[in-house]
Amino acid sequence: MNAMDKATQWRLLGRTQVEDLVIVPLFAFVAALFLGALVMAATGVDLAVIGQSYVALVKGSVGSLNAVSETLTAAAPLVLAGLGLALGFRAGLFNIGAEGQVVMGGLAAVVAGVALGDFPAIVALPGALLAGALTGAFYAGIAGWLRAVTGAHEVISTIMLNLISYRLLDYLLRTPLIQKEGRADPISKSVPDAAELPRLLTFIDANLRVHAGIFLTLAMVAVAYWLLFRSKLGFEFRAAGENAVAARFAGMNASLTIILAMAIAGALAGLAGANQTLGVLDRATPGFSAGIGFDAIAVALMGRSHPVGVLLAGLLFGALEAGGRQMQVDAGVSIDLIAIIQSLIIVFIAAPLLVKALFPWGFRREGSG
Amino acid sequence: MRVELKNITKRFGPVIANKGVNLTIEPGEVLGLLGENGAGKSTLMNVLCGLYDPTEGEIFIDDKPVVFDGPGDAIRAGIGMVHQHFMLVPVFSVAENVVLGVEPTGALDHLDLATARAEVERLSEDYGLAVDPDAIIETLPVGVQQRVEIIKVLFRSADVLILDEPTAVLTPQEVDEFFQIVRSLCEAGKAIVFITHKLNEILEISDRISVIRRGEIVGSGDPKELTRPELAEMMVGHPVDFDVARAPYAPREVILDVADLTVLRDHGAVAIDNLSLKVRSGEIVGIAGVQGNGQSALIEALAGLRRVASGRVTFDGTDITHISPRARHRMGIAHVPEDRQRAGLIGNFTVAENMVLDTYYGPPFAKGASIDWGRVHADAARVAEEYDVRTPSVFAAAAHLSGGNQQKLVVARELSRDTRFVIAGQPTRGLDVGSIAFIHAQLMAARDEGDGLLIVSSELDEIMAVSDRILVMFKGRIVAEYAPHIAPLDKGEIGLVMAGAAA
Amino acid sequence: MSVLLDKARLRQTRITGGVLIALGVLIAVFLAPDAPGVATFRLSRPTDVWPVPNLVVPGGAFIYVVSALLAFMGVRLFLKGGARWSALILGIGLAIAVAAFLVWATAGKSFSLTGMLQATLVRAVPIALGGLAGVLSERVAVVNIGIEGMLLAGAFTGALVGSLAGGIAGLAAAVAVGGMFGFILAALVVTYRMDQIIAGVFINLFVLGLTSYISSQVFQEYRALNNAPVFRAIEVPFLSDLPVIGPVFFNQNIFVYGAFILAGLATYYLFHTRLGLRARAVGEHPRAADTLGINVYRTRYINVTMAGMVAGFGGAWFTLGSVGRFDEGMTGGRGFIGLAAMIFGRWHPVGALLAALVFGFADSLQQKLALLRTPIPSEFLAMAPYIATIIVVAGVVGRARAPAADGKPYVKE
Repeated sequence: MNAMDKATQWRLLGRTQVEDLVIVPLFAFVAALFLGALVMAATGVDLAVIGQSYVALVKGSVGSLNAVSETLTAAAPLVLAGLGLALGFRAGLFNIGAEGQVVMGGLAAVVAGVALGDFPAIVALPGALLAGALTGAFYAGIAGWLRAVTGAHEVISTIMLNLISYRLLDYLLRTPLIQKEGRADPISKSVPDAAELPRLLTFIDANLRVHAGIFLTLAMVAVAYWLLFRSKLGFEFRAAGENAVAARFAGMNASLTIILAMAIAGALAGLAGANQTLGVLDRATPGFSAGIGFDAIAVALMGRSHPVGVLLAGLLFGALEAGGRQMQVDAGVSIDLIAIIQSLIIVFIAAPLLVKALFPWGFRREGSG
Repeated sequence: MRVELKNITKRFGPVIANKGVNLTIEPGEVLGLLGENGAGKSTLMNVLCGLYDPTEGEIFIDDKPVVFDGPGDAIRAGIGMVHQHFMLVPVFSVAENVVLGVEPTGALDHLDLATARAEVERLSEDYGLAVDPDAIIETLPVGVQQRVEIIKVLFRSADVLILDEPTAVLTPQEVDEFFQIVRSLCEAGKAIVFITHKLNEILEISDRISVIRRGEIVGSGDPKELTRPELAEMMVGHPVDFDVARAPYAPREVILDVADLTVLRDHGAVAIDNLSLKVRSGEIVGIAGVQGNGQSALIEALAGLRRVASGRVTFDGTDITHISPRARHRMGIAHVPEDRQRAGLIGNFTVAENMVLDTYYGPPFAKGASIDWGRVHADAARVAEEYDVRTPSVFAAAAHLSGGNQQKLVVARELSRDTRFVIAGQPTRGLDVGSIAFIHAQLMAARDEGDGLLIVSSELDEIMAVSDRILVMFKGRIVAEYAPHIAPLDKGEIGLVMAGAAA
Repeated sequence: MSVLLDKARLRQTRITGGVLIALGVLIAVFLAPDAPGVATFRLSRPTDVWPVPNLVVPGGAFIYVVSALLAFMGVRLFLKGGARWSALILGIGLAIAVAAFLVWATAGKSFSLTGMLQATLVRAVPIALGGLAGVLSERVAVVNIGIEGMLLAGAFTGALVGSLAGGIAGLAAAVAVGGMFGFILAALVVTYRMDQIIAGVFINLFVLGLTSYISSQVFQEYRALNNAPVFRAIEVPFLSDLPVIGPVFFNQNIFVYGAFILAGLATYYLFHTRLGLRARAVGEHPRAADTLGINVYRTRYINVTMAGMVAGFGGAWFTLGSVGRFDEGMTGGRGFIGLAAMIFGRWHPVGALLAALVFGFADSLQQKLALLRTPIPSEFLAMAPYIATIIVVAGVVGRARAPAADGKPYVKE
């Protein structure tokens, strides 16, 4: 294989240039942290506290076994949902609906888990996970179906489905089948042990929350990679995303591709929800999704819609999440700052020209490459 | 007004589009600029009309150097261009398009459309360019749209008119009318630059000819002293053989039978109106016609991409009216789409991926749910070699290939498998002479192997060169049939029919 | 050939007819038996200058009449066709079905119709202004998913500056900050060629993060910074005394009047001025505009910035026009509903305004029905505007035509 081949093989990783894959994300991250510091300074946070908060950010994400456990716990659902979004992006679908799919999938996993509670774990856990994935797939499939059949743009329909999912969750949590016995507030029954994703490190410390969901996550990264780059279906997804007209002319079924891509994306987001309810929260409550579906958009973008990239970006965002909580405790800086940093990472990643304009010295001059 | 280009060079990154071009444009004369597709004609004129900055060189107007910072400056200097792809806003009226950018206004920035209308009417009368100022562009035939483009340039009081491939979309009769207009503009003292790759037209209309090849002016002369073969050799760089080699016409059984076909456009208008035709194995049937008379809908309906409202399509005795594109494909129907960039290729996919775009799903490329990429790459390399697709490797992105190689890639994909029937839309649009000859030879080879072919092209010359039978399409119907093996073809007559004379 | 066209239309008409029949049957079966007594709709207050008597509707009877009417229209469409009127008939059908629903909910009780119509206008404001912002930017072919964020930025700025320097200053600041985010969007998509949807998503997430951060970091501690004055309703002399119409149209705050005035101005600008013609040309065929010396980039910057200003004004409604206080994420998807209104309104300012009124009606309906204690769970009522949005986007797309270059970046060569 000659040099040209190698260079073009990089394209399979999302973009043609190493610069875009390594340097842009690096600068994006640094620039976002810097602007985050400016925001803190602008709201009257002392310089010392700003320093302290970034120290806390590191400490809370990788500073201890517990910190790493928290990072992994936070990263797992972001990676799962991010994988789904990445598949959608590759198929040319801008699915903003991961949040609603997380909600529906997480709730369905609880319901199935409760129903299967008397079965052994080998049945109950897969059953609950499957329920989460299928429900997520169905919920996303609505938007896919609307797009394929009526042409309704998925951005608007998925956002509306997000808003609907919150109301639906509030309602369903009060129905007798789901609501915890003897409670008046909207809260679900607890997930029975058999359907829980088991914690992995409780033999070291009972408080370590990292759970078997990380294996599920890694498996899904591999599945997504195979699906996207090795399978017929993935070829159809990518073709539809790059040039839908050419895909149709080549005999691919555009409607089916859209619906399947949305459904698979929804299944992964549903698994992210199940991962939360079965592995971390043990139940469903209003707002349990905690914006995972929105953060996953940033994860998918930063990961260049490539499964391995999504894994790495998910770990980074998980670290930001875990570190952000430490930051709030140690320095008293609101965790909402993390949302600002995340959104800035998106903008710098998605506009490499902007990063190159801000940090011209980090890049080779045009034309010399 | 006299315009001079001195030593113009234009580079796009490493690509040199124009190199050291010198050209003089005199008032009251038609300068013919001849060159192949991709020779750099349009780039040169885009430099002249201010769209591109020249990398080197200068432009002089009446011996004074000028620098254009955008098309606005060129327009103000009196240089107007009618682009090959019309620069008209389809949903605006004629008057709105004409005044766009130099609008007459009243108080509060209010658009004065009454004045605009009056101006359009005045110009149409002065130069004999009949148009309705209130008509919406997208409802007008291309010939009329072209008049609007000319009025637009005249409204800006241009003294130099650059006409880029103006006859590409016209019927032979419309071309004659158009030449009348060009002559009357010349008499009014305008300077005209007429850009084309068609030898007959440049010989007919020009007062002076310059030939451009690979970005450089390779020769100039007087049309009275130049011959067709001389010009062709100057344009291409080597002697050109205009004839397509072909085996004798020996049609066999009917392979495609279209009966009473009616097809609607997206918004419900009738595109194909009760059309019937037959194609036999071993023959090439060419569909001639002015663009927009239902050719695209016909291709799409036959390829299974557009629903058939009524009628029947039979392929080798089987009713295929409503089956999917892929099912047709499996039966041996190949389809070379009209627009390779939009529908034929995926620019960001590799040559190999494009090569299997419609065959990836079955053996030998697919194993169960996966694709055997090793097999795909090996196969693509072989086919690319066979069909002369010049690419650094099969891993190169299709977008990086030249237009000719992209089209060869599409043709290779469609013809390299077992085919029995080929639908090809505009198979050589925008290509250089070498690629055109290669693709025509491939189509001919398919015919000689016994395939039936249906070729649609808006270039009547192409249709006349390759077809065994010619069907003329007008307003969704077949209005005439010609067969060179029965009677010699008369281009003028076919042109009249294309314009609706038989309807 | 017209036979064929009729065939396609006939199918569509039949579907419409079927929908109407089904609606009629559903109403007769589920609503009619459950509507005892009369429904009383109050049209005016006793203190009004010209009081109008209440509208009293017998519940069951009215609903049966509606269902019979629906069934009649449906059967007629089904059997006789009449494709040209099918959209109109469907509209009328849906309207009377909603009326039957209202009567059912009100049966045996009384309900202020004028109040609901007044609330319809109020609640349509942010949607209309969001839709108008969408029209302004999509007419120059910039898809603006960031309207939600611009509304939120306007709401936040209105509250903050309004608390510090009064309502007028708050409003001006909201408009300025909205315009700033419009400018940022333009810079990202025009100069830095960022994907338009990603840029919009960025604006939404960034504004949500920033406003939430400041409100938890600063407002928690200094509550006085989040306590802005609210613009009161302004009565238009004489006109506001008209029954029903008066309170609905002529006794509203500046945001309602502003939405109507801006829709009118935008229509004049886009369709009757030189700059508007150029803006639309940039949205339809940017290369053509460029060849005529129109600066495509500058046109996009200006229009998207204006769109941001309109959205900033709409955002101020949430705080200065309503509660005077900023809450995290208080825009609740209104920006996106605004985009749906833009599509429903066919990229026309007045169309977007009218569409926003439909959504505003759905919004005020759910709010008022919650007061009537219907058996429908409040969560489902709260979904009404969202479901209406999906239906609109699904039903209208394909028939409406977006500006031709919408969403496509223009790269000057």
